[in-house]
Amino acid sequence: MRTFAYARADSVERAVDAQHAQQAGAFVAGGTLLLDLVKLDVMRPQQVTDISALPMKEVAFVDDDRLRIGALVTNTDLAHHPDVRQHYPLLSQAILNGASTQIRNMASTGGNLMQRTRCPYFRDVAAACNKREPGSGCDAMQGINRMHAVLGGSEHCIAVHPSDMCVALAAIGATVTLQGPDGTRDVDFGNFHRLPGETPHQEQDITDDELIVALTLAPPLAPQGAAYVKLRDRASYEFALAAAGAMISLDGDMIGEARLALGGVATKPWRCAEAEEILRGQPAETATFERAAEAALADAQPLEHNAFKVPLARQAIVRALRDATRDAKEGHA
Amino acid sequence: MNEMTDPTVIGQRTPRVDGEYKLTGRAGYTGELHVEDMLYGYPVPATIAHGVLTSLDVDAARGMPGVVDILHHRRVPKLYRSPNSMGHGDQVSEIRLPFEDERIHYHGQYVALVVAETFDQARAAAHAVVARYRQEDDARPSLLLTDAEGDLLEEEGDSRGDPDAAFERAAVTLDETYCIEAESHLQMEMHATLAEWRGKRLIVHESTQGVVYQRNALARTFDLPQEDVEVISHYIGSGFGNKLFMWPHAIATAAAAQLVGRPVKTVLPRQQDMLTAGNRPASRQRIRLGAERDGTLTSIRHDSTTETSTVDRYVDSCGGATPSAYACDNVAISQRILPVNHGTPCPMRAPGEVSGVYALEAAIDELAIALAMDPVELRLHNYAQHDPQSGLPWSSKQLDKCLRSAADRFGWSQRDPGIGAMRDGDEIIGYGMASATWSAGRQPCEARVELRADGSVFAACGTQDIGTGTYTIVAQTAAELTGVPVERVDVKLGESSLPAGPLSGGSMTTATTLPAVAAAVRDAVDALKEIVTKPEGAFAGVDPDALQVRDGGLASEDKHISFAELLAMHDVASVNGKGQAAPGGEQEEYSFRSFGAHFVEVRWDPGISRLRVSRVVSSIDVGRAINPLAARNQVEGAIVMGIGMGILEKLEYDPRDARLMNSNASDYRVAVHADMPEVVDVELLDYPDFRFNEFGARGIGEIGLTGVGPAIANAVHHATGKRFRTLPITVDKLVEALG
Repeated sequence: MRTFAYARADSVERAVDAQHAQQAGAFVAGGTLLLDLVKLDVMRPQQVTDISALPMKEVAFVDDDRLRIGALVTNTDLAHHPDVRQHYPLLSQAILNGASTQIRNMASTGGNLMQRTRCPYFRDVAAACNKREPGSGCDAMQGINRMHAVLGGSEHCIAVHPSDMCVALAAIGATVTLQGPDGTRDVDFGNFHRLPGETPHQEQDITDDELIVALTLAPPLAPQGAAYVKLRDRASYEFALAAAGAMISLDGDMIGEARLALGGVATKPWRCAEAEEILRGQPAETATFERAAEAALADAQPLEHNAFKVPLARQAIVRALRDATRDAKEGHA
Repeated sequence: MNEMTDPTVIGQRTPRVDGEYKLTGRAGYTGELHVEDMLYGYPVPATIAHGVLTSLDVDAARGMPGVVDILHHRRVPKLYRSPNSMGHGDQVSEIRLPFEDERIHYHGQYVALVVAETFDQARAAAHAVVARYRQEDDARPSLLLTDAEGDLLEEEGDSRGDPDAAFERAAVTLDETYCIEAESHLQMEMHATLAEWRGKRLIVHESTQGVVYQRNALARTFDLPQEDVEVISHYIGSGFGNKLFMWPHAIATAAAAQLVGRPVKTVLPRQQDMLTAGNRPASRQRIRLGAERDGTLTSIRHDSTTETSTVDRYVDSCGGATPSAYACDNVAISQRILPVNHGTPCPMRAPGEVSGVYALEAAIDELAIALAMDPVELRLHNYAQHDPQSGLPWSSKQLDKCLRSAADRFGWSQRDPGIGAMRDGDEIIGYGMASATWSAGRQPCEARVELRADGSVFAACGTQDIGTGTYTIVAQTAAELTGVPVERVDVKLGESSLPAGPLSGGSMTTATTLPAVAAAVRDAVDALKEIVTKPEGAFAGVDPDALQVRDGGLASEDKHISFAELLAMHDVASVNGKGQAAPGGEQEEYSFRSFGAHFVEVRWDPGISRLRVSRVVSSIDVGRAINPLAARNQVEGAIVMGIGMGILEKLEYDPRDARLMNSNASDYRVAVHADMPEVVDVELLDYPDFRFNEFGARGIGEIGLTGVGPAIANAVHHATGKRFRTLPITVDKLVEALG
């Protein structure tokens, strides 16, 4: 860990202005990511602006039934918020499947969107990593890549996006509101995280002097069933090997609307649009779920140690769709 | 021997006497200690695993705020390698001294130690040291990634009969190879050293399982008279074996303190702790069994290879338990070691034998299936009524009771042996079992006891409490033998200047320490009796042998006077007792071992490839449990560790360059609360082993881990039909085999 200057911001505007004026600045909220990576010497901010006291902690419906979530709402508060539990159960489930209670108590909504990969070569400054040091290469490609992505990778980076919460957000749909020196702008959640391509170090559609201030969810799918199935090595405090978040609305025994997203297998939160298309209007049964699962993994490109993720992700999808269907039926009853 | 047949304090569930200190933060662990003028050390670890340090630029770091000095191979005081002898008590974990030369043998090897005014300054400067290397491309990352055979160790062999011929003749044979990945101890408290020179004397606070061994090793390393070195370790946040013997960080820290003339404290960060302070080496074990159709074992061969480092020769003897495990006339074991580019491996809870018991007990399960026999029946059929290797009778062996009792409580008779035959919703239920065993040893030990004027008892021994409850059982012992309540016994451990006590290892501490403490109590009581039976004494004229110890005092007929009163009456501040104890002739008459049985239920959800351990029922035979509260805790904790070994834990070394890629508690996976089985049912059989010592106690720290891994693997086979012969059985393997 290298020394850095620390300042506490008392307004969003001043936080953004302070950041704008600096080289190598960083915001800190819960600190669950930044401090970890600073200690590992992976992130080397010279100036850290503490935003944790800023008024961005509200969860409330705005205009057309869209839930707006302040960027500093903790993971714990969000997962247990009555509106989230009632209208966005997938989001609640996904958050509670992530990290540990202690981390969720500290971690913020905005911070979760900015979460960085757990790739061990990214976290080891002695290793080659295009994400940490553009152009240095990718040690994971020929190294230990059991945890790495089978979807969305490039020859430059195969690091998995680690978030559970973002998988639910990908399925639900959302807008990210950013504030910069020149005002605010909205980014569609599906475009917020970038594929690595040739620039794996550019992870999100956000500039160094922009701050996430809020997240606004798409209107809830209703009536619906939801299920988040996270498959992992151990039962808690563990990142996904494969996770599937599913929302289903039923029309009799047929699927009405379907949403599906994957975690643990892709370089960004992975919405499965083709699979959703396959599901719509079809019987809510195993054969349909399996077809959707096939489609979702059709483009998978496994490496030496992570081929198991392809069938595992299919299993997560089929189970999530089954459980979401059951949930929808129970909801109707 | 004074068999303790009807104790009132020994054998009682006794809360830890140091619990309050730990709970309130008053128990000072090494990393928390602070002395005046103290500096902080932070090591710079090599970033390659195999090659040469070609340059080391410390100039920028040296100029950073607070930096006082930087040690490296060109700036280090004269040091001497310890003779590294178990017999002389100066064994070390890694024979190579820190900063000996430019050769890099493993990832994390220290290339420098930064010493600075604050921890943060030391760490920041450590990151600013620039080391350059010439990496060599033939690094060996793991025993399990090579076909290399390793060096055969003749002295580790053991055999009887003619196992080769018996194998050829056998009606049913099995020949399989079992592997276990390298594991980390991941003990809660990181290694830490606080070294201070007072003139020619060296005072070291260390989180260690052996203050006496480290004192001796430091004396050799710094060429000091033994009495000029003191090692102190009052509280230890566990070790599981990786704190038995001194590591290079302790030497580097003491050398730094010598060089700068101020106290220096180094606390290893987790990454470096995992890289440099030992691990359970990976093992590859070939088991060959031969049997008659009725299940009678006729041949057992157990050939093991384990990893060592390129700087030392650590041997994790896997075959230790095998010759005594079953009544079989023809047995042979062998042991090889293979150097790999890791920090030197070291003992980890039930070292060697836990790996060996896995291989043997998994193979016995396979044999049972080949014979269409119940695996419990197969074990009982080959039951060793005496130790078949030594020919001696067991001091006490209740393995048959363990097997039957645990089977009963588990509901083994309800088992449908068909593969995948038992279902519950989405899950297939698998049952598996295995025997557990661990040697029972004891060492020579000394202790000191005082009966004090305030009515308290003081007991001291140069062993240490690594978190297992040694303070408490020493207090129980003094309380039992004096009648003074446990709360009025002050126990001092963890100082090398105290009467020499044992390592906290090998499950030997209880059986080693308590007899010495008991002898010291008796010596103190005898001293008091001598005083009080003098002509002017309170019990003048009474035969000292007729005086009884009762309720914290001495009694004769209806006269009872407390120790405090007696000391006051005779104007004596305190009476002292010294005690020593050692194993004796019984070692020639009996074989000593502990035994147990684990029964495991796993649940396998094939729809999502999820495996979990849902139930563990165990019976353990360790003689008498001195403190059943702490003893049960040892077995329950060992079961949790066994779940890690079975399905989770693996140190991941990059196959290209042997760098360790998961040196943190997130990516190296031990079981967490959510992995706990719904049921962990531990029974401690209570058959005191008075042939072993007067307390009837063998050790309990390690046995609980043996047998858990194979019981899980056997249950996984029952659930899935797939025999996994490498631990841990992780999701990727399950999907690839069954997906």
